[in-house]
Amino acid sequence: MQRRPLIALALATAALLPLAAQAQNALDEVMTKKSIAIAVPTDFPPYGFVGIDLKPQGLDVDMANLIGAKLGVKVELVPVTSANRIPYLQTKKAHLVISTLGKNAEREKVIDFTAAYSPFFQAVFAAKSLPVKSFADLAGKTVGVTRGAIEDMELTKLAPPQADIKRFEDNNATVSAFVSGQVQVIATGASVAGNMMQRNPQLGAEYKLLIKDSPNFIGVAKGEDKLRLKVNEVIAAAKASGEIDALSKKWLGRPAGDLPN
Amino acid sequence: MVTLDFGAVLAEWPLLLRGLVATAVLTAVSAVVGVALGVACAWARSWGPRPLAMVVAAYVELIRNTPFIVQLFFLFFGLPSLGVRLSPEAASVLAMVINLGAYAAEIVRAGVDATPRGQVEAGYSLALSRAQVFTRVVLPPALSRVWPALTSQIVIVMLGSAVCGQIAAQELSYFANLIQSRNFRAFEAYIVATLLYLALAVGLRQLLRWAGPRYIFGR
Repeated sequence: MQRRPLIALALATAALLPLAAQAQNALDEVMTKKSIAIAVPTDFPPYGFVGIDLKPQGLDVDMANLIGAKLGVKVELVPVTSANRIPYLQTKKAHLVISTLGKNAEREKVIDFTAAYSPFFQAVFAAKSLPVKSFADLAGKTVGVTRGAIEDMELTKLAPPQADIKRFEDNNATVSAFVSGQVQVIATGASVAGNMMQRNPQLGAEYKLLIKDSPNFIGVAKGEDKLRLKVNEVIAAAKASGEIDALSKKWLGRPAGDLPN
Repeated sequence: MVTLDFGAVLAEWPLLLRGLVATAVLTAVSAVVGVALGVACAWARSWGPRPLAMVVAAYVELIRNTPFIVQLFFLFFGLPSLGVRLSPEAASVLAMVINLGAYAAEIVRAGVDATPRGQVEAGYSLALSRAQVFTRVVLPPALSRVWPALTSQIVIVMLGSAVCGQIAAQELSYFANLIQSRNFRAFEAYIVATLLYLALAVGLRQLLRWAGPRYIFGR
């Protein structure tokens, strides 16, 4: 009698498997359908957030529209969080991920990256009154971070084992935990922290430690080389024409600087 | 073609084990306290003074008509603005207790209200006090009647604890999420987590079915 759930689960698992088998033809699919699905953040100002008109906007959204325009296809925006953007690419729910995606060795095993399109850095922030001079000072303190984000992986390596790292599902939850005082220290992207400090001046939070300089790349599914090279062409042209710099100035208040290819 | 690689997930077994133990502990604590709270509330609604019955009724309606995750977020993100700061684990246990208490109250009350009048009167005629009648005459057969429903509710709360990972309580689904965000083996990680939850639920059901008649309501 207790075995029935097991059988049902086995059937459900078996039913899902064939979905995964697909050829590497994302670019052809985009061109035939005249539409490209691009995953963008909606919880990450100024890269991607929902404006008062309830439409997604931000640097990543503009970049997605730029690529759509250069390819001559319609852009279908797919909202994602830090934690689920790579699974969206793996399960073909999106052709491209333009979602403040940093490049590292772990991620390169499962997806491919185009050239970089915008600057970004992650850092540790805390109240001015809290002394944090080095990563060793994080011992015994509670640190909030968004699970699966670059800063989570880097912080896990840099922080001493005595640091109490609390991982939250998305940036909103991480920021809420810091603003409500559930964690003493927050490790996050500069843009998230900037936005948080601007809205909550009573916290007296300030920049403490640099975790990583990590420009943003566009993610494509593993092995989709045709699509990747095409997007690289678009990025190279946009860099040359100054469009990338203009995007960076519009949303981040500074030029894009030197971005790796 | 996706090739399933369970090795990458199972290599993290110490994390999975920690999560399994944490989920079991969260469930054990909140089941014991939650059912006790439920019995107390059932008493208050059926046998207690009128004002207390109304307060309990309001509590039951409030909890049963709002989502568990909202109750959890209220305790974790909301209470600090009133100066009450709970750890993720404490907030999780509290939310589960409050949630189970409300549902258990209604389940136990159904059993209490189904007690034949004659049985209660028989108790009084034997010179038992009101408290004795409730704890010795009414409650044991009532619990025995509703035990399967109560067991199901405890299992539901155990499965519901999966959302506690959202506030960084380190339970099973928190670690499953952590593992898949490290090695991107989402499918495998969640299959393993599903099987572990399934095993926990089946085990918990058997345990309660065995323990109920022996330790909770006699016989």
